[in-house]
Amino acid sequence: MIKDITLGQYFPGNSVVHKLDPRVKIILTLLYITALFIVTNFKGYIVFGLFTFIIISISTIPHRFVFKGLRPLLFIIVLTAFINMFMTKEGVILYGIGPLVATDKGVEMAIFMVLRLLFLIMGTSLLTLTTSPILLTDGIEKLLNPFKKIGVPAHELAMMMTIALRFIPTLLEETDKIMKAQMARGADFESGNLLKRAKGLVPLLVPLFISAFRRADELATAMESRCYRGGDQRTRMKQLITDKRDYIAIVVMIALIAALIMMRLL
Amino acid sequence: MIIRIENLYHTYMKGSPFEKQSLNDVTLDIAQGEFIGLIGHTGSGKSTLIQHLNRLIKPTKGKIYILGKDITDKEINIREIRSKVGLVFQYPEHQLFEETVYKDIAFGPLNAGVSEECVHERVLEALKFVGLEESVLEKSPFELSGGQKRRAAIAGVIAMKPEILVLDEPTAGLDPAGRDEILFQIKSMHTKLNMTVILVSHSMEDIARIVDRIVVMHEGKIAMTGTPGQIFKQIKRIEQMGLSAPQVTYVMRALKDKGWAVKDEIFTVQQAKNELLRLLEGNND
Repeated sequence: MIKDITLGQYFPGNSVVHKLDPRVKIILTLLYITALFIVTNFKGYIVFGLFTFIIISISTIPHRFVFKGLRPLLFIIVLTAFINMFMTKEGVILYGIGPLVATDKGVEMAIFMVLRLLFLIMGTSLLTLTTSPILLTDGIEKLLNPFKKIGVPAHELAMMMTIALRFIPTLLEETDKIMKAQMARGADFESGNLLKRAKGLVPLLVPLFISAFRRADELATAMESRCYRGGDQRTRMKQLITDKRDYIAIVVMIALIAALIMMRLL
Repeated sequence: MIIRIENLYHTYMKGSPFEKQSLNDVTLDIAQGEFIGLIGHTGSGKSTLIQHLNRLIKPTKGKIYILGKDITDKEINIREIRSKVGLVFQYPEHQLFEETVYKDIAFGPLNAGVSEECVHERVLEALKFVGLEESVLEKSPFELSGGQKRRAAIAGVIAMKPEILVLDEPTAGLDPAGRDEILFQIKSMHTKLNMTVILVSHSMEDIARIVDRIVVMHEGKIAMTGTPGQIFKQIKRIEQMGLSAPQVTYVMRALKDKGWAVKDEIFTVQQAKNELLRLLEGNND
């Protein structure tokens, strides 16, 4: 059910990947995505795939678990493959059904695009899988700090993200509870046409909204009673530290990018 | 037997690393008209068990018969089962959603396919049972006080006229007066309508006072069943399961230890009062 979605989930562990400074990890992920767009041939993808495979292995997260994160996006992946395959008009025609014509260039393009998407999802989900939400938002806050001068509310953004992430499981649980309570009174969430189903959601959504507002209110009171006043002059118990392993990780990433650029030029 | 549970097993998130066995070979018979108290430590499987009774959860293994029908069967009419087994969840006031109290109470019976006129009757009847005034019917449920909301929500389940009523901690978070009143109303419903009632509660006082039979759950199994007397007699055993006997039982035990000639098998304040009066009058003779 809803709980099966692994995308954006944290998988606790003790590996080097887990221990990297979240700031460095976010930047590395951005570099990883950039590197993905340097690759234009199969050889490059092999190197890239190998790199991804090694990183996942080091992170000690079961490969199966990373692949499971792809499932909710399967539709987008298939759609991308489909569009690329049939919208590319160059090259030798391989086969065609009516207006749908696939060329060799189109097939190549489709495979490239799918690979690109797969690596994109795996790389970014590796970030969330190995970084606890708290550290992740800490990292984002620190990275956004320089932009505070031009009015970016870095701390507030990070706090909002932390709270949102924190309440996802709570709200899922709440939804489950209210659904069951209404089903016990004979509510039906599964059958009927679209209009009937939309109407059927009212008994779920009204209590859910009320409870979300109540929780927000309670949380605000709890924060205020502990003297929360935003990010100004706030210090942290756990400082983010950039260590030797972080520098090594950066060097590795730069080496990968250099290798990919070389492969493209040669 | 109105409810018959045979070798019921339930495992949450089967096949994942978070797998948890929450019911382990539960077998239980409940007769028509019984008032059952279901007790157990948090996480003992009480909630999982009661959600099986109207098929909100499907068993991993095992059979459940309600009124002689096997409800684990795929072909079963789920709506019918859910109107026969009324389930009141914890903090039921959180499920109120309609514009008026009337509409909210009518939600269940309307879903069950009861005609408009009958629904009207049922709403009034249910309202009476939970002890609410008719003047609240046209109010928004969100204008009511906490205790009134709780009653309105319970009325919403009672209006479905279930033959079996299951209540999960119906008095949690209420003040003592409200608590007594709701318990009294449940008890009177049980006698007047000859309903089968299952009450889940953490208050041993409440349980000792009103139920016929206690079912104790521990780590997904039924650890003990028996009358309140039979259960609370074995204080050591229930304490090991993270439960306790009613306060007054401890008081009477302490008195006995001090050399007073009182019976120590006393589980309600009423019994204690009678026992103490008996003792005092006996001393005067």
